[in-house]
Amino acid sequence: MTGLHAAPASSAPATTPLLEARDVSLSFGSVRALRDVHVTVAPGEITALVGDNGAGKSTLVRCFSGVHTPDSGEILLGGQPVRFSTPEAARDAGIETVHQNLALVEDLTVWQNLFLNREHTRFGMLDRRRMRREAADMVSQLAVNVPEVTSRVRRLSGGQRQAVAICRAAGFSSQLVIMDEPTAALGVQETARVEELILRLRDEGHAVLLISHNFDQVMRLSQQVWVMRAGRCVAGRRTAATTGQEIVGLITGAIAA
Amino acid sequence: MSADASARSTTGEDAAPATGTAKDAGTAKDAGAARGRRPLFDVALWADWAALIGLVVLVVVFTALDPGFLSGGNVEGMLAASAALLVLAVAQTFVVATAGIDLSIASVMTLGIVVLGQLHQAGQPLAVAMGGAVVAGLLAGVVNGLLVAKAKITDFVVTLGMLSAASGLALILSDGQPVTITEKFFFTVSLDGPVPLVSWIVVVAIVIAAIAHVVLFHTRFGTHVLATGGNPEAASATGISTARVKIAVYAIAGLLAGVAAIIVVTRLGSTPPAANTTYLLNSVAAVVLGGVSLFGGRASILGPIFGALLLTVLLNGLTTLGVSQYYQPLSVGVVVVAAAFLMRFQK
Repeated sequence: MTGLHAAPASSAPATTPLLEARDVSLSFGSVRALRDVHVTVAPGEITALVGDNGAGKSTLVRCFSGVHTPDSGEILLGGQPVRFSTPEAARDAGIETVHQNLALVEDLTVWQNLFLNREHTRFGMLDRRRMRREAADMVSQLAVNVPEVTSRVRRLSGGQRQAVAICRAAGFSSQLVIMDEPTAALGVQETARVEELILRLRDEGHAVLLISHNFDQVMRLSQQVWVMRAGRCVAGRRTAATTGQEIVGLITGAIAA
Repeated sequence: MSADASARSTTGEDAAPATGTAKDAGTAKDAGAARGRRPLFDVALWADWAALIGLVVLVVVFTALDPGFLSGGNVEGMLAASAALLVLAVAQTFVVATAGIDLSIASVMTLGIVVLGQLHQAGQPLAVAMGGAVVAGLLAGVVNGLLVAKAKITDFVVTLGMLSAASGLALILSDGQPVTITEKFFFTVSLDGPVPLVSWIVVVAIVIAAIAHVVLFHTRFGTHVLATGGNPEAASATGISTARVKIAVYAIAGLLAGVAAIIVVTRLGSTPPAANTTYLLNSVAAVVLGGVSLFGGRASILGPIFGALLLTVLLNGLTTLGVSQYYQPLSVGVVVVAAAFLMRFQK
């Protein structure tokens, strides 16, 4: 690993990226949250986004999921420039996000959460039976110990909740699933199960963009790593060609990219 | 040491509930409840049905003390007396389900009463006067909703302001004078009904409750109401417009307050312009008794209905027993706080 000064684009895989951010910048007042960020997400891969707190990771993925709109620069989906003004627009384009706070409603059941704002109806009434059946199908494919779809989310463990959130993101023919620290609040066993789930998503053909502070996890799961520091994307590496140590160095700035 | 403990608690949560040890009794109980099998002496079960159980207990006690309590005439009277409160309780349930509260509900009802009276006095047909009451309530509700959802003022403050504004408006419009309405139609709907003991206004209340139940639990809108109350961030993240949901629930509350206004006028035959705070307190009390969480996200229509019936039975029973009127607010207060205490055990 000597060619440290690899330009981000050249270190990305050769295929057309599923998602590409070109020179994306975004400021909140005088704070420049993102500066000319260039990252790519390849189809069928797990791409990791790492960086210290405040480096701009969450802001960047919020641009992808339609929460923020960049001030300048382009976002390309499958080579086509896109502009998401709402989270719904991003979802319609096939980008699903598993939020850090999971975005589940605790007092609703598993199936209600899975179909929240995508409810099936018949003659204007909820088609509860169909949603329960489809939810049971979706959930039964989970590696995590399967919760009853009729139980309220409040009764689920942290890992089960994460699984439901991931299941929702993966369940609606999404091309890209963005996960913001999916295992931050989980124990060892639950983390392992959620990691299995992330690998399954990839094997089923979804691209995954993973924000994580856990370098072991990044090395275990990802094929591509992008490193952010102070609003910039400072480096991109193939995971197989780097080490946890190098990533840490890039994050802190100890290794110049 | 602490890390060890937290790791263990994580595995404890993770383990299958069936293996629950003494320490995991809570988890095991949760799991049992989730599957619909609850032990008989589970406090949560009692909390869920507090209003119905309380209602039955009160009926039994009052009947034991005065066998005339369950006479046809008294039952018919109690049902008719509860009709307006039933409608208000359903209205309040929608707002509370979004973690809001409508303190203006009784004042908006009074405004509706006065609008009905003034339109009648101005020689308008009864249908127009009744429609006017509903429209007035709806408008007040929409204003509440816009202020809460768009101007982002706390629901408590908005509806407290509307409480004052609507009662003031009622006094201005009526000049403080009630209008007497002697329409045969009103006597008919408040005294006659399709079956014995049940007058038409009770039928109206039941139909409204049934529609409300369907809307809340069998439509997308109802799910979005519960999601907005349960976790507004999650609701927005899935693309639900929580602002629109909030405007809608306050509008529904206002509309139903207008309907309640008509029910009150049919029974009184007049349009008193004075604000009736008892209706406000009882609507909130019925919702709390019905097991609806004031934090939003959990609701029931049947619960608040039993709550409203319980309050009506309580007041009626105390009256038939000859207990001084002065004790009635005290008894309502005790019952409501006791019910709220029971809710702490609700799962």
